[in-house]
Amino acid sequence: VRIAVASGKGGTGKTTVATNLAFVAARAGRSVAYLDCDVEEPNGAIFLKPRIGEDREVSLPVPRVDPARCTGCGQCGRICQYSAILSMNKTVLTFPELCHSCGGCLLVCPAGAISEVPRRIGRLESGLAGEVRFVQGLLDVGQATSPPLIRAVKAAAPAAELTVVDCPPGTSCPVIEAIRGADYVLLVTEPTPFGLNDLQLAVETVRQLETPFGVLINRADSGDGQTRRYCRIERIAVLAEIPDVREVAEAYSRGVLAAEMSEHYRHGFEHLLAALDKETAP
Amino acid sequence: MELVVISGKGGTGKTSVVASFAALAENAVLADCDVDAADLHLVLDPKIIRREAFSGGKLARVVADKCVGCGKCHEVCRFAAVSFDGPGNGAVDKTYRIDPIACEGCGVCAWFCPAGAIDFAPVDNGEWFVSETRCGPMVHARLGVAQENSGKLVGIVRAAAREIAERQGRDVVIIDGAPGIGCPVIASITGASLVLIVTEPTLSGMHDMRRVAELARHFAIPAMVCVNKWDLNPRIADEIEAFAGDGGMRSAGRVRYDPAVTQAQLRRRSVVECGAGGCAEDIRNVWQNVKGELNGRDPTCRRT
Repeated sequence: VRIAVASGKGGTGKTTVATNLAFVAARAGRSVAYLDCDVEEPNGAIFLKPRIGEDREVSLPVPRVDPARCTGCGQCGRICQYSAILSMNKTVLTFPELCHSCGGCLLVCPAGAISEVPRRIGRLESGLAGEVRFVQGLLDVGQATSPPLIRAVKAAAPAAELTVVDCPPGTSCPVIEAIRGADYVLLVTEPTPFGLNDLQLAVETVRQLETPFGVLINRADSGDGQTRRYCRIERIAVLAEIPDVREVAEAYSRGVLAAEMSEHYRHGFEHLLAALDKETAP
Repeated sequence: MELVVISGKGGTGKTSVVASFAALAENAVLADCDVDAADLHLVLDPKIIRREAFSGGKLARVVADKCVGCGKCHEVCRFAAVSFDGPGNGAVDKTYRIDPIACEGCGVCAWFCPAGAIDFAPVDNGEWFVSETRCGPMVHARLGVAQENSGKLVGIVRAAAREIAERQGRDVVIIDGAPGIGCPVIASITGASLVLIVTEPTLSGMHDMRRVAELARHFAIPAMVCVNKWDLNPRIADEIEAFAGDGGMRSAGRVRYDPAVTQAQLRRRSVVECGAGGCAEDIRNVWQNVKGELNGRDPTCRRT
């Protein structure tokens, strides 16, 4: 079973929920994989403290033009939708940072003048955090596009009974890529106007992907009742509520898992895991 | 001048800070560049005066009637967007189908389809707006659900905000940025006058602040740092400011943890519009320091 933890709004507690879930599931003897797909700002490692066994570069293929073979026909520039390759008077310029690696220029070139070379976009690290099989992607600073790296993280996922995917915030392409292939999406929100607005956007996104989902309300005693009301009207399952406790926030600030800090929170996440089991039961 | 408020990590308080800056600035244009989870409008209550469609690119679609089922599209697609489960058309039992969510918009399938059966046309990815608010003009946007190209939309929002600033003689554009370090963030900071990184005193906040600070340096944009909710962990707050100082960034001041932030949000007001003490006072101080830096004067903020 693969569960994606997503949110719309940032900072609502995705990583807290994803890491604690992985921790309590592993503690219960299940085989668990944790995939940090928030490759722009991955934070799972701060809490799970994995021992990284494998560290490799992730690259994308980008075109290289052999000027000796190029006839200057300009087909490469015409097929490219991203302005990543330009042909002017027999001179071809490439802009690798704009390239989406679709391979169109390579296929269309009649002279066989284009080959592909790797361009590094980030790193993939995997290892063990206790019994949790841990994988994270780290986008290189300055790189604009994270979806290919997110795909690489998912492709490197070790086999496990339960896979927890920690998603990036937002509702656009990186989130879609992280969620795709999940059996269930857990949307973490907070009961504030910002939290509700972004939850609604996230719900629309997940509905478009046709993936079953439920909501977790974090800092449940702050804000107002509008988020619960919205979930009731939309018939969205609220699987858990976590109160706003300073002790938890301070533990978080130091990189300590709530489920490790106290039995009370561990039980809370065990209940959440049981609720997710029920939601994802065939 | 353009001031961009970013954070790396989400939920550190960017939008609450920007809303307060909007209320404190006398002559600003606001731009919400967090286009896939925009929230500034919830506080500034904009009256939309202009509305434009946004098309970030094209998408491919198989016209089932024309498909000959040869599979060329499936062969050339690198994004696993093509599947052989479209409806039959009399000539073939099954046709190819393109998942619009997986489609990258490269058009390679349409180019190579021997039957001319693939339609490759611009799609609406969202809308952008020019509005009036009680704090001045605002440009904002709504990216369509599950859409791409937020970087391009950010570029449009910024350009529209700059144009208004020039036309109306307003001296600063205040930009609410997206979390992360990817395409919308890069599109919101390149060429800006100053970046303000709003962070929180947690290991995650510090980790993400370092990456976003590196991004600002990568694009040679001057940056200041503001630790929000600093009293949650004063030791990490110190560390963040020390790191910032080592990297040549100035501290814009600290903001204390204050439930007034959530209360203001519930009232659809910025924190500084709701009261004077507590974190409202801290945010006023941060604004003075940022304004000083923008104006090129020696700001009153302390060097860390």
